[in-house]
Amino acid sequence: MHGQSRFGLGLRKPHYAEFLEHRIAVDFVEVISENFMVDGGRPRQILRDVRALYPVALHGVSMSVGSAEGLDRAYLARLRALVHEIEPLFVSDHLCWTRVGGFNSHDLLPLPYTEEALEIVVANVAAAQDALGRTMLIENPSSYVAFDGAAMREWEFLDAVCARTGCGLLLDVNNVFVSAANHGFDARAYLDFLPPERVGQIHLAGHSQGEALLIDTHDRPVPASVWDLYAHVLPRLGPVATMIERDDDIPPLRELLAELATARAISIGSERLAA
Amino acid sequence: MSLLALQRDFGAFLRDGDAADARPGMRVYQNNYRAQLVACLEDGFARSRAWIGDDAFEQAVIRHIRRVRPSSWTLDAYAHDFPDTLAWLYPHDPEIVELAWLELALAEAFVGPDVDPLSPTDAANVDWDKAVLHFIPTIDLRGVTSNACDLWVALAAGEALPAAAMLDEPHTAIVWRQDLISRFRLIDAREKQALLLARAGLSFADLCAAIIASCGEADGVALAGAYLGRWLADGLLDHATGETQCA
Repeated sequence: MHGQSRFGLGLRKPHYAEFLEHRIAVDFVEVISENFMVDGGRPRQILRDVRALYPVALHGVSMSVGSAEGLDRAYLARLRALVHEIEPLFVSDHLCWTRVGGFNSHDLLPLPYTEEALEIVVANVAAAQDALGRTMLIENPSSYVAFDGAAMREWEFLDAVCARTGCGLLLDVNNVFVSAANHGFDARAYLDFLPPERVGQIHLAGHSQGEALLIDTHDRPVPASVWDLYAHVLPRLGPVATMIERDDDIPPLRELLAELATARAISIGSERLAA
Repeated sequence: MSLLALQRDFGAFLRDGDAADARPGMRVYQNNYRAQLVACLEDGFARSRAWIGDDAFEQAVIRHIRRVRPSSWTLDAYAHDFPDTLAWLYPHDPEIVELAWLELALAEAFVGPDVDPLSPTDAANVDWDKAVLHFIPTIDLRGVTSNACDLWVALAAGEALPAAAMLDEPHTAIVWRQDLISRFRLIDAREKQALLLARAGLSFADLCAAIIASCGEADGVALAGAYLGRWLADGLLDHATGETQCA
């Protein structure tokens, strides 16, 4: 699944003009799919213009692969049309659910890691890949609750989803750190378990301390704790596409490029060690 | 418990659960859920918020979140019913709901389908004796009784706000997108009627005849020509065909 070092940034509105007017030193940009799953107008025009200059990854938040009621066919049809037009580097979404009984939470809600949930996620991911005509990457979520009766750990669940559907992993290192802190597991054990050949992309981001839990806020620089985990996991993974993800309190582009330079330096160091 | 039952319970907690009795993690999810909806409405109705004030807007958002559950995969859809909530909360202040409708219509036109509208050059080649007009898909119309359009303009420009006022007579606001920019203007009852007839498939010749029957020969011919020229200039026409689509 992996095999090439690429370094990208999430494309956010405050930086549209810079990406279009200058050749920014990134190997790809990632956009939130749903922001561009519209009929037309300026958003689609901007995405077409960006795509003419950079490879684009489509990262979704509303597929709801964990929904017990299956996938939303209208959603899939729109995503499929966007995929055909943009020919993205990656298509990804999260291991979560957002929709039940005509209600959409617009938040990435947690799954119990049971055999029943595994069957449902496997069926939904397989159906999505069939509809899109390509494999997807599924991202490990940040979570704030765990459920009684779990049959496996999150990393075992993800491994099983990958093995049974052929999908890849979008490894969000910050999410591993946040969930490890919130649920009291060893983040390094999680990373050491993941099948390296399945990891197609890495997300790096920041988080905040809430009242009782760490919150995946994406509103600050990547902290040292997450850089440490990134440096820990890279030797196992080898070259892999890496992206800085910032969704709130978005800083000047140069600050995100500086973070991306740190990721490049860690990756180069890891490759030299491996050699 | 089945996954479906768990998800139904979880969803019910997000909407109506008592956070005081919940685990910290469930409070995080409930807070995230509400924050997303609040942000959606604040982003979508910035001018309505500026008009009614932060406190009143916050109360309207709280009422809306209690009243309407999000159902679409796209958060943009959650804004659709907000003007109805404002109409329910402010039944005697038409400028509030009309301003909110205008914001919503402009936002929807902004991401509506792309078209290549009929240009004046193309129009020169149309056989107007047989032509039927076809309009672009981003057009939206609504009757307005207040000066909401003037309020929108003043709010957008950061100018001193006029007082809310009723129009001398009801008008219709038309919203559409030209190139990549959403636009609006007020049209009077005659232009609205002409637009509705044309959109219903009346041929341009029959539309002219209808306007002449209503306004007289001299004024009718001039008005029909003025409407066509304005619709072309505004980019409202997708194309014109030589065949009548409906009688």
